[in-house]
Amino acid sequence: MSLWGWVLLAAVICLVIKVAGYLVPSEVLENRRVAHTAAMVTCGLLAALVVTQTFAAGSALVLDARVAAIAVAAVALWLRAPFIVVVLLGALAAAGVRALGWG
Amino acid sequence: MPASPSVRSAVRQGISVGLATGAYGVSFGALSVASGLDVWQTCVLSLLMFTGGSQFAFIGVIGGGGAGAAATATAALLGIRNSLYGLQMASLLRAHGLRRFAAAQVTIDESTAVALAQDDPPAQRAGFWAAGLGVFVFWNLTTLAGALLGDVLGDPARWGLDGAAAAAFLALLWPRLAQRQAQAIGAVAAVVAAVVIPIAPAGIPVLAAAAVTAAIAWWQYREPPHVRGTT
Repeated sequence: MSLWGWVLLAAVICLVIKVAGYLVPSEVLENRRVAHTAAMVTCGLLAALVVTQTFAAGSALVLDARVAAIAVAAVALWLRAPFIVVVLLGALAAAGVRALGWG
Repeated sequence: MPASPSVRSAVRQGISVGLATGAYGVSFGALSVASGLDVWQTCVLSLLMFTGGSQFAFIGVIGGGGAGAAATATAALLGIRNSLYGLQMASLLRAHGLRRFAAAQVTIDESTAVALAQDDPPAQRAGFWAAGLGVFVFWNLTTLAGALLGDVLGDPARWGLDGAAAAAFLALLWPRLAQRQAQAIGAVAAVVAAVVIPIAPAGIPVLAAAAVTAAIAWWQYREPPHVRGTT
């Protein structure tokens, strides 16, 4: 399937998931175990995405300028910086480290 | 009938959340184009998928060289929480027909959070719609701006856009790490992803981490004693 096909399919699936919340009988989703598992899967997915976006280069684990980005982002978040500031600092850190000739 | 002070305050809160969230639509737009999507594919994601975490995940997997199926599965798994929000919002909004469809589409982290932060049902409804529609409008406008910007920037690494993507996922994760259990799950997921990266195609490490965390969360769950038998 083309990239367009995946874009549309993924978008429609996400939309259907939202609509399901309004249509599925509430007993299924109100189950505390289901709610807990869904919340934890969200955490797990995001943590895994942090790792792949920081250390993966194809099928290799590498240390490059992205490590500086994630470190700066962590400090910014710890100082309660807003999302957009964290993202910009991440870009600046990676670009800065590369301009100095590393990663 | 003039709106009550609580309703007006909820609307103000909703619009400011819309503006703040819209601001990082620029980063989504730029990163999406850097990941290999074109401007229109990027805009379709914001219009139709409209759930930031899933959108960043989709372009993250594609940009990392992952298959479309892996990107789609990751986006879908991250979107599941929206159906749990929908369940809570359905009983609050009691909307029908097209209005219910519109409510479902704008049921995301931000609109749910603003609704739940209000004290009375009219203010909760007002906050939900103000935040949901506010984010929808600003997010789509800024996505387009970011995508056009990304198109002229050229080489993403030179501008540190790969670092921006990593930072974005950490910023999405950060507020969810308040509880110790979430921290433990996050650590397990990170290790699973790192172990799987060298042995599987791009996109699979994230799904493997999701499967392991789902299994752990499901089997480790204990009903809190004070609510047992009350539902």
